Amino acid sequence: MLNVLFFKVTLLFYFLGTSFFLFNLWDRKGERTWGGALSEGDGASPPSSWSQKLAVWVTGAGFIFHTLALVTRIRESGYIPFTNLHEAISFFSWAIVLAFFLVEFRYGIDVLGSFILPLAFLSLVSAAALPNEVRTLDPTLKTIWFGIHTTLSLLGIVAFAIAFIAGIMYLLQESFLKSKQFNSLYYKLPSLDLLDEWNKKAILLGFPLLTLGIISGALWAQYSLGSFWIPNNPKQALSLGTWFFYLMVLHGRITIGWRAKKAAHLAIIGFVGVIFIFVTLA
Amino acid sequence: MNIVIVGLNHRTAPVEIRERFSISEKQLGEALYRLKSDPLIEEGLILSTCNRVEVCAVVKETTQGFEAIKNFFIHYQPNISPDVLTPCLYMYAAGDGLRHLFRVAASLDSMIIGEPQILGQIKEAFDQAILHKTTGVILNKVFKKAISVAKRVRTETKIAENAVSISFAAVELAKKIFGKLERKSALLIGAGEMAELAARHFVANGVQSIAIANRSYERSLELAKEFNGVPVKFEDHVAQMAESDIVLCSTGAPHYLIGVDEVSKVIGVRRNKPIFFIDISVPRNIDPAINKLDNVFLYDIDDLQLAVETNLRAREREALKADKIIDEEIERFSRWFKSLDAVPMIVALRDRAEEIRQAEIEKILGKLGPLTPAQREALESLTSSIVNKLLHSPLTVLKEEAHSTNGNMILEATRKLFHLEEVLSKLDQEKKIPPEESL
Repeated sequence: MLNVLFFKVTLLFYFLGTSFFLFNLWDRKGERTWGGALSEGDGASPPSSWSQKLAVWVTGAGFIFHTLALVTRIRESGYIPFTNLHEAISFFSWAIVLAFFLVEFRYGIDVLGSFILPLAFLSLVSAAALPNEVRTLDPTLKTIWFGIHTTLSLLGIVAFAIAFIAGIMYLLQESFLKSKQFNSLYYKLPSLDLLDEWNKKAILLGFPLLTLGIISGALWAQYSLGSFWIPNNPKQALSLGTWFFYLMVLHGRITIGWRAKKAAHLAIIGFVGVIFIFVTLA
Repeated sequence: MNIVIVGLNHRTAPVEIRERFSISEKQLGEALYRLKSDPLIEEGLILSTCNRVEVCAVVKETTQGFEAIKNFFIHYQPNISPDVLTPCLYMYAAGDGLRHLFRVAASLDSMIIGEPQILGQIKEAFDQAILHKTTGVILNKVFKKAISVAKRVRTETKIAENAVSISFAAVELAKKIFGKLERKSALLIGAGEMAELAARHFVANGVQSIAIANRSYERSLELAKEFNGVPVKFEDHVAQMAESDIVLCSTGAPHYLIGVDEVSKVIGVRRNKPIFFIDISVPRNIDPAINKLDNVFLYDIDDLQLAVETNLRAREREALKADKIIDEEIERFSRWFKSLDAVPMIVALRDRAEEIRQAEIEKILGKLGPLTPAQREALESLTSSIVNKLLHSPLTVLKEEAHSTNGNMILEATRKLFHLEEVLSKLDQEKKIPPEESL
């Protein structure tokens, strides 16, 4: 089937993209020099090295094949393809690569790819390991509410993934600044302030998506199962738990100053929790 | 007689040691006096900045001179054992000493190559030494030369372009923490020259509000006017920290002004907004332990050095050019220095007199026409005897007093009175003057 072929090509391209991006971490050309950084405004980056350009192009090609894989799968199956874990993870991987391109073009911070691409590639590998046959769907999964529920929830998770990556980058940069290690990654990583800002924005975006995802999920449950709330359903309980966690994170940031390092920790804990729930319950 | 330098700097000694040897302006007079009281030391000068403490001296004998200055250091801080101190000290004599001094003045030996402050600090140290009368003919000449070499390096190389300093490094670090500095506020504690310079850098890079806390409120007002900032009372500096993203500390206080307790409270009030402390004071004014607190970043003077080392590579090319200029100048200077030895001076003086005598005889022979050998001999002996009698006293003084305390002054005076520069350099080129071991 065509979508499987596209999927495998994507896997290859993401593998190459990941390799080039990781190679970039050791490449010294992308470093900002002290003199150079002063003359430029913040957020501007030096001309990208060849390996950076190659990594972006390879990833772009992978992204096109990934899009084709998803589109052909929808056409072949006739439904929005997030009904099993393979499909969900594949969509997640596609969406974070999309997010990478959006941020890359907006901020031009090349090092982001070195963090996002490995995550995208690993997700895709785990998706590849899962059964991915096109199934005859349970009629309850064919309602529009289920499609909306899964899409919004997954986009919410993508936003939390971005917050997670911003958190990791924050902790790295923070440790370099604390320990006064001025290695090449230090020069490539953006400022702590910007990373904290990404963290905040990503959760601010992810939280309403998750909220709407949960509401549409409840509506779907109402229509197809006859009740908003299914007692003793761990999936519902844990989704609500996640929702409360991120509510607490946002509330804490606004009212008691859970920002900076603390926010980075929370973003990492939150996303790891989400993935754990997602994988164990799916 | 030789020129020697003994000292320690940011490369050889950590700040813990340097701050102990840092000599304030008030203490400098006494230290100079103590240095000069050693009979081995003919002339002496002390340069004390936050990155270096150096003693430059003219000594009678090199090895003993080194020992004498080393003892001066040991006695200055008896608490630091000589075993700890000795590896921190470097010792240079003669040409190496001059090279070191010229490189220091030209800012080639600075933490940040090409930074301009060191030249001012050298001028200040020189003025202090003159004020306390511890320099003489040689060191005066040496330091004037060092200053002119530094200026030449500055104009002939790009060493001072893209001016960098500790403050510059601090601004770059602030950008790594805060991104844009436009909406950030800074607090200066202590309004010394360093603080002022750093404030200028921060303002140039977008920082809009600056609060200034100085022990002298007038000085705070003055600086506040200059930077469009807010003067605050010195006692209020801790309260002001809650509203400041960048805290720049540069006071002359000999102890910590800011500790862990104050800062953890401040972070609480700031609700974890990061705060960047820059401690450019030596001795340090901020307890290093605060760097362990979350969202607190503390950089002392040594940390800033680390931060700029990456940029130094670009300046090293220019430093190579500067080293060539310095070699040239040392070459010229050593010619003068050699002339301060009595032997070549006596040779030069005799040569100069003989030259004049010969020239005058040639002239008179032209006017008188041919002479008998007896007449010629009488003329020769008459002129020779005048010259010898005139020179007798100066030569005796030179021979006897060249190694006395005033010796260098007499040698220098002789050189000037008889215009001996040309003769000396000719003699030097013809290698008539025996090479001296010292230079």
